[in-house]
Amino acid sequence: MKGIITVVGCDRVGIIAQVCSHLAAQQVNILDISQTIVQDFFNMLMIVQLPPAAAFEQLAGDLAQLGQSMGMDIKLQREDIFQAMHRV
Amino acid sequence: MINQHEINETNQMISEAKLDVRTITMGISLLDCATDSLPRFCEKVYDKITRSAEHLVRVGDDIALEYGVPIVNKRISVTPVAQAAASLCCDEDGFVEIARTLDRAAQAVGVNFIGGFSALVQKGSTASDLALQHAIPRALAETQRVCGSVNLGSTRAGINMNAVARMGRMIKQAAEIDINACAKLVVFCNAVEDNPFMAGAFHGAGERDLVINVGVSGPGVVKRALEEVRGADFETVCETVKRTAFKITRVGQLVAQEAAARLNVPFGIIDLSLAPTPAVGDSIAEIFEELGLEKAGAPGTTAALAMLNDNVKKGGIMASSYVGGLSGAFIPVSEDHAMIEAVQAGALTLEKLEAMTCVCSVGLDMVAVPGDTSAATIAGIIADEMAIGMINHKTTAVRIIPAVGKQVGDVIDFGGLLGRAPVMPVNQFSCENFIARGGRVPPPVHSFRN
Repeated sequence: MKGIITVVGCDRVGIIAQVCSHLAAQQVNILDISQTIVQDFFNMLMIVQLPPAAAFEQLAGDLAQLGQSMGMDIKLQREDIFQAMHRV
Repeated sequence: MINQHEINETNQMISEAKLDVRTITMGISLLDCATDSLPRFCEKVYDKITRSAEHLVRVGDDIALEYGVPIVNKRISVTPVAQAAASLCCDEDGFVEIARTLDRAAQAVGVNFIGGFSALVQKGSTASDLALQHAIPRALAETQRVCGSVNLGSTRAGINMNAVARMGRMIKQAAEIDINACAKLVVFCNAVEDNPFMAGAFHGAGERDLVINVGVSGPGVVKRALEEVRGADFETVCETVKRTAFKITRVGQLVAQEAAARLNVPFGIIDLSLAPTPAVGDSIAEIFEELGLEKAGAPGTTAALAMLNDNVKKGGIMASSYVGGLSGAFIPVSEDHAMIEAVQAGALTLEKLEAMTCVCSVGLDMVAVPGDTSAATIAGIIADEMAIGMINHKTTAVRIIPAVGKQVGDVIDFGGLLGRAPVMPVNQFSCENFIARGGRVPPPVHSFRN
């Protein structure tokens, strides 16, 4: 299953490193990353492949918690919702 | 592959413009619960509902979490109880007991409303229909989650004026016991069998045993999109509404299919009604203001609503093959902060609302009138709304609240999604002798299409 991770918050050193090492530990494979900074505001999107037996709720909860500890907003969603809305 | 702009757009719709899936409603047939013993019937109904909808709330919450889109309500609609319980030949007390059973079942599975305490009497009432209608005030007042509806007319059958008069009285009685009971009661013309929205949801006789219907919403998303085309001509406005409705409906379709698959229940329809909530930014009247009307109710409001409603449908129909229910725009006064303000400013009257109901889904919805309004006057208001539905081949409804002890200018507060309703003035001239005639208004000539 593919997921979209969005990370939003104030920019600082090591955001990508922290998020990526967390994902690696969870066996989540990163397929694509795009990242921008708008007026010191960090905005990252990742397209990821979730491991086949992943417990979605656990993964999403852990990421949200990681976000909280970093002072960022981190969200994991299934990719299908974006496909449904933007692709005919 | 999905790009950054698209992801941001979707997430902004959810977080800032309040895009949500308003309800996943499981339709459950109670026809197989028929028996001649009231306790046995209640037992069968309770078992069937709790068995069928055991995982409904959990599945709804899981999907919301995985897609990141709120699913606000999980609900149940059942076969009109007057039909399902007809073999019991029970009295008012029996129907109140059935309502309590529905309430317990709804509570057990964790849904916030269960609809279907209903009777379809457009042509006439059976003994069971009559007992249910008389039980409505107590049944809705003595339960928390049960919603009731009565279909009083249709384009094919005309208007059952005896039932119109009766429901005028029942609404008065309900208000005197508990004003919240009126918020859970709606009367219809041309009621639909697959509506997932409350208070009028029921599971029609033409439906299969179980079905999943989904109601999507998103007035905030439409308003936000219209902000981008401020001052543009109507073609641009319509195109914007269509595109937005398409996107909203696609999300609903995805959620509906996912819920149906996980619950192993067939998918029925998507209802793509724009339904406001009391929250700022989730309002139909704000869309009118964005379109250039100072307040909802200003001249041009009916035209704006007609255009909005039509383009929501055009966009939605492209997005799902099974669009059904009421699909259009809801204009419940108490549930829309900018509608409330329009009433309080004197811009929006009952008469203007009635005109607006000619061009949008449903009708006079969540309107409060002075507590001393007579049953006949309420019946007259209902009859007018039924006539609009009958002549125009559309669903119309009335959910009216006689605010006991209150006068024009007062406000009654329901709390939560039902909001607060300013008491609106009612035409003071009598329709007593008109309503007292009784009988049935025959169907219009254009109903004979065969």
